[in-house]
Amino acid sequence: MTTHVAADHAHSEGDHGHHELSFIQKYVFSTDHKVIGLQYFMTGVLMGVLGALASYVFRMQMAFPGHAVPGFGLVTPQIYNQMVTNHGTIMIFWFAMPVLIAAFGNYLIPLMIGCDDMVFPRLNRLSYQIFLFSALLLIASFFVPNGGFGGAWTSYPPLASNPIYNQTPYGAPMWLAAVALEFVAFLLGGINFITTLMNARAPGMKMYDIPMVVWMIVIASILFMASVGPLVAGAAMLFFDQTLGTGFFDPARGGDPLLWEHLFWFFGHPEVYVVLLPAMGIVAEVLTVFARKKLFAYRTVLWTAVATGVLSFFVWAHHQFVAGIDPRMANIFTVTTLLISVPITEMSFVYIGTLYGASIQLSTPMLFAIAFIVEFLIGGVTGIFLGASGADIYFHDTYFVLAHFHYTFVPIAVIAVFAGVYYWFPKMFGRYMNDTWGRIHFWGTAVPFNGIFIPLFYTGMAGDHRRTFNHLNFPDLARGDLIFWREFSTVSLLIMLAFQVIFFVNFFYSMFRGKKAPANPWNANTFEWVAASPPPHGNFVTLPHCYRGPYEYSVPGRSSDFWPQNEPAPKT
Amino acid sequence: MLNWIILEASSYAAQIDNVILIIALLGGFWLFLAEFVLFYFVAKYRRSRSPKALHITGYDHEHNKWIHWSHYAVIACDIVILVFAARAWYHVKQSVPEHIDEEIRIVGHQWAWEFVHPGADGKLGTPDDVNLVDELHVIVNKTYKFHLESADVLHSFSIPRFRLKQDAVPGREIDGWFTPTVAGTFDVPCSQMCGLGHGIMGGRIFVETEDEHRKWLESATGKTAAIPGHSTGKLASTQGRN
Repeated sequence: MTTHVAADHAHSEGDHGHHELSFIQKYVFSTDHKVIGLQYFMTGVLMGVLGALASYVFRMQMAFPGHAVPGFGLVTPQIYNQMVTNHGTIMIFWFAMPVLIAAFGNYLIPLMIGCDDMVFPRLNRLSYQIFLFSALLLIASFFVPNGGFGGAWTSYPPLASNPIYNQTPYGAPMWLAAVALEFVAFLLGGINFITTLMNARAPGMKMYDIPMVVWMIVIASILFMASVGPLVAGAAMLFFDQTLGTGFFDPARGGDPLLWEHLFWFFGHPEVYVVLLPAMGIVAEVLTVFARKKLFAYRTVLWTAVATGVLSFFVWAHHQFVAGIDPRMANIFTVTTLLISVPITEMSFVYIGTLYGASIQLSTPMLFAIAFIVEFLIGGVTGIFLGASGADIYFHDTYFVLAHFHYTFVPIAVIAVFAGVYYWFPKMFGRYMNDTWGRIHFWGTAVPFNGIFIPLFYTGMAGDHRRTFNHLNFPDLARGDLIFWREFSTVSLLIMLAFQVIFFVNFFYSMFRGKKAPANPWNANTFEWVAASPPPHGNFVTLPHCYRGPYEYSVPGRSSDFWPQNEPAPKT
Repeated sequence: MLNWIILEASSYAAQIDNVILIIALLGGFWLFLAEFVLFYFVAKYRRSRSPKALHITGYDHEHNKWIHWSHYAVIACDIVILVFAARAWYHVKQSVPEHIDEEIRIVGHQWAWEFVHPGADGKLGTPDDVNLVDELHVIVNKTYKFHLESADVLHSFSIPRFRLKQDAVPGREIDGWFTPTVAGTFDVPCSQMCGLGHGIMGGRIFVETEDEHRKWLESATGKTAAIPGHSTGKLASTQGRN
């Protein structure tokens, strides 16, 4: 299993070199998985900031319609639609995916399975370059005549396919091309992750010895590869409809808009689990280390993740209950959707069970990890309302849906990511982040987050629909209580955004001036803590050998409460 | 339950709200149980109180029964939810009442609803049809069957107070029904992103008594307000475009 070591020519040249790499070689055209991981991280976070600013603009419009937004100006319906559309697109494709899968995947997989780099380092570099190009293409789409695409992140035709309807003849195809290129980037990355895990594990590392976060990222990559094909085909057809005048989705020319909905959601629902699983993985690592406890039923976690992934391919039409599909189909998709509650509940209970009999230290990463479970449970339970056909007739496309999926995506892409960043920061930069400011940042994130979205469950139940430029245009929605809760939600968002400044200051200050951290500051078991902090090119001085599973904490009869995977068992 | 927040104004509103209530009770039970156990563990097993953790694999029956029995209970809850949800769904979407009082035609446009009322003869497609923009007039406690179309992009016909929602798809005619039970005037927003004017696309439904409705019909007959540039009626979208 060590054939990977010299697998890539460019890479082995880099290893031999006694010469110092130039800045461009080291940071721009690097094939080192850690540098690529950090590139993905920085780009993803930057895009996340853009997405957050978009939410600032449209939430201000929701709370104070018609007033100029400070620092931005008046929000027109066109700007509003653009902001809503691109907020969703950016947060899923350019923030959640690059940070959770590409950044953590690239940084952690080789370190945690004990090898020196990905098996395809140059493919890895190409993946990031395509991703960067796709991000730039998306940003450029705001500056073409008529502005960026505003037809919602689901991009339903004929609105999306016909410039007469969407009025963005350049913005719409650019948006679509950017999304398709992002898929290509993640396909390349995914191939790399899967191949690396299967072929480059440290000697002795069996399937059940692999750290959970690595499994989760790889399962997510497999889900992504299996679901994205139909959508890429659909995207090509939609692109032809937009630019060449074909009629794949145009009913006037024999096409069908519902075909796009099926292709989109066949990808779109597994995509939820593509981002969920890595977050669950991060939380498993943080939880076990700060609980000093073995992960409860490792195999159950792994197989429920696989079961969730498989089931997620059979639930897509619950997004289309009232879309005009045959109503008999709704019952079948209600059954499959409700079935997903079984593995997800089981997984949640396993995580809670891990805390039974633990010895919990509420460090900053642990606070975020626990908050992930607390908040994600709410997101999971509220999903049942939408998966049950009868209830979805009313809730479909209301703010209830919006509040529900933000209760899944914010824990996934924000809270779990923060857990991961605070946890692995000492490994990435050899220094600690400030813990006091970390705690302040935690409470300033977790509390206002609930302040944003709990009111939106209520306004959704009262009939607020999504993507509505101004609720006051509808007499029934111009009610005092609804106006109050919309403002409450927006003010909570402002507070949450303000607290993120603390994170960025802490992050960049600690990167250069933080307290120095040893190689294994948390007394964790997995391989990445064996390497120096930060790990050099090639990661390990001698590649580690794996002797046991990753979660052997507090083993009876041992004086220390952890047992690194690379430490040989004492001779008896 | 939802009646406190938003009026139940159609014959099936209460049934849909009951599905929501059942899910809220069952889901809420599990949510509070899980959150309670989670917070309890975090409080009980802090390092200050519990300096040494247990070593549990989670595979022996003594421990994993806590996962297993709960997952059977979740399946049982799922079945209850499924039964209620599917019954409501069947009633609202899969079946049509035997007795229909009147039929109406609804056409979504960028960015207005066109409502075709059958007029005095009670039949659609006759010269006395009353076409109105963003205004739908119905009689309380009568059952209506609607034929829903779109002239351009996807729209969604939604009356939150009826708990009714159905997408309008160009090139298709989708049928549905409702029986208003409360007189009044309610919003009919479009709930599917349909472009620039989506956020202002909202009609009103006027649920009237028979007398009010007769008076309205007399004043409205002959005054049709067709949307310029669009032909009305059956599958408007497939004619005269592109």
